[in-house]
Amino acid sequence: MFDHVVPQASSFAGGVDGLFWLITWIVGLWFIAAEGMFFWLMWRFRRRPGVPAMYVTGKEKHLKRWINIPHGLVLIFDVVIIVAAIRVWVDIKQTLPPADVTIRVNSQQWAWTFTDPGADGVLDTADDIRTTDELHVVTGKTYHFLLESKDVLHSFFIPAFRLKQDAIPGRIYTGWFKPTQAGDYDIQCAEICGIGHGVMGAKLVVEGADAHTAWLAQHANDGALATLTTPAPADTTKPAAPAAAGTH
Amino acid sequence: MAHATTHTVSHGGAHGGHHDEHWVKKYLWSTDHKIIAFQYLFTGMAMALVGAFMAYVFRMQLAFPGSNVPLWGVVSPGQYNALITNHGSIMIFWVAMPVLIAGFGNYLIPLMIGADDMVFPRINRLSYQLFLLSAIILLASLVVPNGGFGGAWTAYPPLSANRVYNTTPYGASLWVLAVAIEFVAFLLGGINFIVTAMNSRAKGMRAFDVPIVVWTIVIASILFMASVGPLIAGAVMLLFDQLAGTSFFNPNRGGDPILWQHLFWFFGHPEVYVVLLPAMGIVAEVMTVFARKKLFAYQTVIYTIIGTGVLSFFVWAHHQFVAGIDPRMANVFTVTTVLVSVPIAEMCFVYIATLYGGSIQFSTPMLWALAFLAEFLIGGVTGIYLGASGLDVFYHDTYFVVAHFHYTFFPIAIIAVFAGITFWFPKMFGRMMSDGWGKVHFWGTIIPFNAIFIPLFILGAYGEHRRIFDYHNFPHLATPEMQALRITATVALVVMLLFQPVFLWNFIRSIAAGPKADRNPWHANTLEWTADSPPPHGNWAELPECHRGPYEYSVEGRPTDFWPQDEQA
Amino acid sequence: MSTKTIATTRSATGVPTGRLAVWWVLVSEIVIFGGLLVSYIMHRLGHPEWAEEASHTNTWAGAFNTLVLLSSSLSAVLAHKAASHGDGKRAAALLRVTVLGGLVFLVVKSFEWTHEIREGFTLQAGGFWSYYYTAAGLHAFHVIAGMGLMLWVAGTAAKNEELHRVENVGIYWHFVDMVWIFLFPLLYIAK
Repeated sequence: MFDHVVPQASSFAGGVDGLFWLITWIVGLWFIAAEGMFFWLMWRFRRRPGVPAMYVTGKEKHLKRWINIPHGLVLIFDVVIIVAAIRVWVDIKQTLPPADVTIRVNSQQWAWTFTDPGADGVLDTADDIRTTDELHVVTGKTYHFLLESKDVLHSFFIPAFRLKQDAIPGRIYTGWFKPTQAGDYDIQCAEICGIGHGVMGAKLVVEGADAHTAWLAQHANDGALATLTTPAPADTTKPAAPAAAGTH
Repeated sequence: MAHATTHTVSHGGAHGGHHDEHWVKKYLWSTDHKIIAFQYLFTGMAMALVGAFMAYVFRMQLAFPGSNVPLWGVVSPGQYNALITNHGSIMIFWVAMPVLIAGFGNYLIPLMIGADDMVFPRINRLSYQLFLLSAIILLASLVVPNGGFGGAWTAYPPLSANRVYNTTPYGASLWVLAVAIEFVAFLLGGINFIVTAMNSRAKGMRAFDVPIVVWTIVIASILFMASVGPLIAGAVMLLFDQLAGTSFFNPNRGGDPILWQHLFWFFGHPEVYVVLLPAMGIVAEVMTVFARKKLFAYQTVIYTIIGTGVLSFFVWAHHQFVAGIDPRMANVFTVTTVLVSVPIAEMCFVYIATLYGGSIQFSTPMLWALAFLAEFLIGGVTGIYLGASGLDVFYHDTYFVVAHFHYTFFPIAIIAVFAGITFWFPKMFGRMMSDGWGKVHFWGTIIPFNAIFIPLFILGAYGEHRRIFDYHNFPHLATPEMQALRITATVALVVMLLFQPVFLWNFIRSIAAGPKADRNPWHANTLEWTADSPPPHGNWAELPECHRGPYEYSVEGRPTDFWPQDEQA
Repeated sequence: MSTKTIATTRSATGVPTGRLAVWWVLVSEIVIFGGLLVSYIMHRLGHPEWAEEASHTNTWAGAFNTLVLLSSSLSAVLAHKAASHGDGKRAAALLRVTVLGGLVFLVVKSFEWTHEIREGFTLQAGGFWSYYYTAAGLHAFHVIAGMGLMLWVAGTAAKNEELHRVENVGIYWHFVDMVWIFLFPLLYIAK
């Protein structure tokens, strides 16, 4: 919506922003009309000496219309908004275009681990590249992300993509995005996850194909042995002694 | 008219009260609905100070991260989380609910329906005592080893269920216990409100002769009773997960963290209407009196209130759009959520229409009532952005949400409450508050209020997520422009807080030495204004009868512009 | 000093105040148990392996307890009948019989649970057991509360006072019964 501050860097970001403006126009006009009428009535019917108030039940047809007509219009505009909203939602959450690249996104207290399938394009092979708190993707490619959590609820939020999805321990969520604009952007954890929630940011680098290939080559031998990342069930009946509990 | 067979003479009023009661019995152990109302009111106000102080501390941290906050010190991440968690919990459960429902409900319902007290005075007393216990437990949870619970008022597991993750084992369990006991207190209280309003109305008072605020408090109580059950079950399950090794919400052992979310929000959404309804009731009472007007389409208002209440049960998962629910379900909830704006918009239109043809006096209570509408409209329309699932993908867990719900909750819990207190003060305490200082307090609250939360809308639109103690960890959120918005909000909060002593001073001083109030200083119609100011134990020596509706203002051909409900035809 | 207010004696709806109140209490209780049981049912459907855990509950004990509770509801109805005829002493005696039924229920349950815990089926033993003990435990808590209320009502009823309370406490007891009617198949029969 304010793309000078939050750039539109994904294929569905424009749709989300468009929805914002549609709602703003509809709701904004109603809001101004309602508040305007409200303040005008306050002024018009302020107490004046010798002028009594009127006895109005609200059942009078010509007055009831002032409620019934806006009531009906609100309903119609609501339907417009609902249809627009569902279209954007279906695009982001109910479609899964075929993937060019599939990455794994792991969240835990308090870091993000990204697994890039590497040059062979297949996850869980020897050339996978695991990075912590930094994700590199290529403009124009369609990505599937496999989102998991090791411990509590986290949420994968990329404002520039207009993308958010909660990470739930014990489940793997498959979502998608397609970057459209190169640049460095924030990744945020958008679900409170403990005392380190405030340091759980990551960097998203959207780059052209060449830059990306160079990056892959640079990291070819880092963390190469990608292992299955679904955590073994922790025995939480007897919790270990709490780790150093922060500065308080 | 007292009939020979029906007792309309109350046991307290005839001899002007009992033998002198010991002050403990009179003020701490009373079963009088008015005293219990004050207990709830004052406890709620005290908790509001605690909640407001927490907001001050965490907003200072947000504006000046890492600084030494006066009256607190340096704010650690763990403390920050505990502050925001308990700020929210306190404001909803220990301020809004007790003041709006139990405070005003207890005070007004018997008086407005012409009864001498509630139907179950001892259960009423018990409900307050449980409530007080819950408040004490909540406060205790803040000072135990490892500090207060910091998992947000929504308390999602696994974070809330597992001490290894949340690092606040005592705080977390005490928090759950406090909330559970508070729920039981309000269930007990609710019985009284509902049954008293249904059964104990004055002779001649038909359903549509009952003032709107009684309707709204009763419907709110019904909503509460019908919605809180699953969360009580959930609270028991969470406590067991925390303390007894069960795994209701533990995905590693067959549980489901999303179950909690459903149990929480199934209650959580109706809960916002539980607090909205009484607030709207108060606003209606004030507006009709100070516009000298009948409430526009009173019956329609009742139906929209009931409609909103029913619909509110079908919108809860809009809090969970991105939480991992079936995406097809999200569409259902977008439909219901956006449509629930229809009855609420209707209510707002009807209130606005009530001004038409009026003779409006801008007294302090009226200023608050009008401000409620003006501000709540902002809260209401910004909810549409969040109910639209496609947009909520971006806005969920951002400051846009925070600003939205403060634009609804602040009018509900603060603005409407000030309207109610300044309006019924003469009845409650037999004195008048200063209208001049009331207006100073009003402007000193309303203007800064907007200056706090409009920046937060902008920050949310810029992608600022919630519950973060220091935005310097996020390069795109650490810009000077955004920090300036944070500082603006904090400064506005401090200004607003600095104006609150004006109210406290006005309130306390007026109780002690304000000009004496007569029975009906506002020339209102409803029955409470026919009792003494303040009413004695038993409210009236002879209980009134009802002869007309509550809003017969400015009836043509009458010598006065009001027509009390108990006046003979 | 009596706190009975005039408000208590009025009845604009035609339904006596006490009875109206009990019905509203039941509304809130239905949602509490409803929330718990719906959660259980949904999880049970999603975890077919819980059937193995559930197979260890003692269906005969459950069935016997169902019989006990139903019989105690009968004595509660008879107590109401006596109260409506003004026979407070008889009503009190029948209420105490109902309490006895509750006691038998609790005794059987404690034998059940002791045996199950000894076998290793504790609260933490699995998802099914977590729900089993929580649901049945919450129910047992309501049984105990009901027994306490009935003894209190019986005390005043024996003096032929406040006889209307006999019916009201009976309504509460029937509800406690009804909850068990749901729990029994869910916890004992569905295997």
